[in-house]
Amino acid sequence: MIGARRAARAGSRGGLRRREAIEGFLLVSPWGLGLLLFIVGPLLASAYLSLAEYSVLRPPRFVGLDNYAKALFEDPIFWQAIQRTSLYVVMLVPLGLAASLGCALLLNRGVRGTNLFRTLFFLPTLTPIVAGAILWTWIFQPEVGLLNYALRAVGIQGPRWLSSYEWALPSLVIIGLWGSVGGSRMIIFLAGLQGVPQELFDAAAIDGANNWQKFRNVTLPMISPTMLFNLVLGIIAAFKVFAVSYVATGGGPAYSTWFFVYHIYNQAFKYSQMGYASALAWIFCVVILAFTFLQFRLSNRWVHYEGEREDRL
Amino acid sequence: MASRTIAASPPAARTASRSAAKAQLGRGALYALCLVLSVVFMVPFYWTVVTSFKGPQEIFVFPPTWWPESIRWTNYVQVWQRVPYGTFVVNSAIVTLLDVVGLTLSSALVAYGFARYRFPGRDVLFILTLATIVMPDEVTLVPTFLLFRYINWVDTLLPLIVPHFLGGAFYIFLLRQFFLALPRDLDEAARIDGAGALRILWDVILPLSKPALATAAILAFLQHWNEFLRPLIFLNSTEHFTLPIGIRYFQLLGSQGGEPMIQLLMAASLMMTLPCVVLFFAGQQYFVRGVVMSGLKG
Repeated sequence: MIGARRAARAGSRGGLRRREAIEGFLLVSPWGLGLLLFIVGPLLASAYLSLAEYSVLRPPRFVGLDNYAKALFEDPIFWQAIQRTSLYVVMLVPLGLAASLGCALLLNRGVRGTNLFRTLFFLPTLTPIVAGAILWTWIFQPEVGLLNYALRAVGIQGPRWLSSYEWALPSLVIIGLWGSVGGSRMIIFLAGLQGVPQELFDAAAIDGANNWQKFRNVTLPMISPTMLFNLVLGIIAAFKVFAVSYVATGGGPAYSTWFFVYHIYNQAFKYSQMGYASALAWIFCVVILAFTFLQFRLSNRWVHYEGEREDRL
Repeated sequence: MASRTIAASPPAARTASRSAAKAQLGRGALYALCLVLSVVFMVPFYWTVVTSFKGPQEIFVFPPTWWPESIRWTNYVQVWQRVPYGTFVVNSAIVTLLDVVGLTLSSALVAYGFARYRFPGRDVLFILTLATIVMPDEVTLVPTFLLFRYINWVDTLLPLIVPHFLGGAFYIFLLRQFFLALPRDLDEAARIDGAGALRILWDVILPLSKPALATAAILAFLQHWNEFLRPLIFLNSTEHFTLPIGIRYFQLLGSQGGEPMIQLLMAASLMMTLPCVVLFFAGQQYFVRGVVMSGLKG
């Protein structure tokens, strides 16, 4: 259709169209420049550096796939970082999704004061990550911290939280949950829930469905696109965890919270291994994109799109 | 699911009073649950506030005290004396405000081009833009650092500001979606009156887009006020630190022995959180709308 219109416009209107194209180009040119300077250019440079040895002081030296081989076969901390980051993702994402959905369901019931509760749930997510990490460091303090005090009150001897190998990572998961459960994810779920038509619940009620069956067979399929969106973003965000471990644990104890981005950061900016760090960054990027792609591929098995919805981008 | 036939008739009506009592009980339980969750979410905040007013001995008292012996406002003053907190605030304010203005305006300009103009390669460029939202920016970190090092911008605020004046992928996407929903008649009319692209954007489109601009500005504020990794990499000297890096620096000072400073760290963290909370209450409607807009159309 556009082709036909274009053909009809050829000739006298060609100049007008060219003017439109030039103006359009000019309008998006700042972003074109930004894309080139700060994304495409660095991407290419990083791809090259990942094949080189470069410690800033001397010019880069091409070493082929050595950096990737080093990561996979020689660097034990690489696998530690992969394992700890995966564990963090596996713990944080399902718990976070379930808790956010739970809170949204609760708020969707329209109890009195819903707005107040929504605000109270939301406030922790406004706390800057650094501030949140510092505040929780104090709550997790083993001897005089609030959490172990509360546990002692019910007869439990609390662990050493951030300074214990086993508990440091779960502690960071707790901080992550506190800072994300009531946030945008919950708000998005809430909007999704409000979009479920009441007729479906009425129909289910007529069929004699109980609350669980209504949730399982009406609510969940209807909000599955929202679920997919939150899942994809949640996994990406969890993989990128950095600041909280940098501030609260420094990657320790004994590398127990040595996350992937932490490893990249250290190699690049502590040890000036710019080439190796670039290879790590590319592995990280491929892992994230692969996960994202996989989720979209698998999504047609469980995500339900109701009839004709507006164009999804 | 939709094709399921309605087989059963409604179950026999229970007595009205019994179901009403049950409903009330259910509502009570929901209410209690909301309260419990609110407490769980708010206790860490409360504890931070209380700790920030305590004295250096009182913070280690066991069992902990739920209210400070005396409210020490001086803690809040001390933060500004122990570290150049004022400098951190100024640096963060400069970076964040310029980023908000730069990102919102440049993204609006680009989004307008995407929404209203036809030119070859537009759709490819837009899809590329969307792809960069999903791509982790860690992968461009090293070359970006080397680039800024090469032009001697390391240890200045410039690397944190200048790139944002060329637009941001997410904000371009957000604003483009909003512009697409605006009727074209208005800008066509302005065009017939002889207005150029920039005039139409400034006089017609932007005034109609205040909600979307407010949303973009709020999200940009929170993102850059919190930013940690890039300032950590680009800034070396204390006088250039932004708040997140400055507070981290303060934490390191505190762990190097001397008098316990936890109460001061708490005060410093709270002061950093305050603008976010204020902004949230001032722009709550835009905030929620923005989150939903970005979520449902993502």
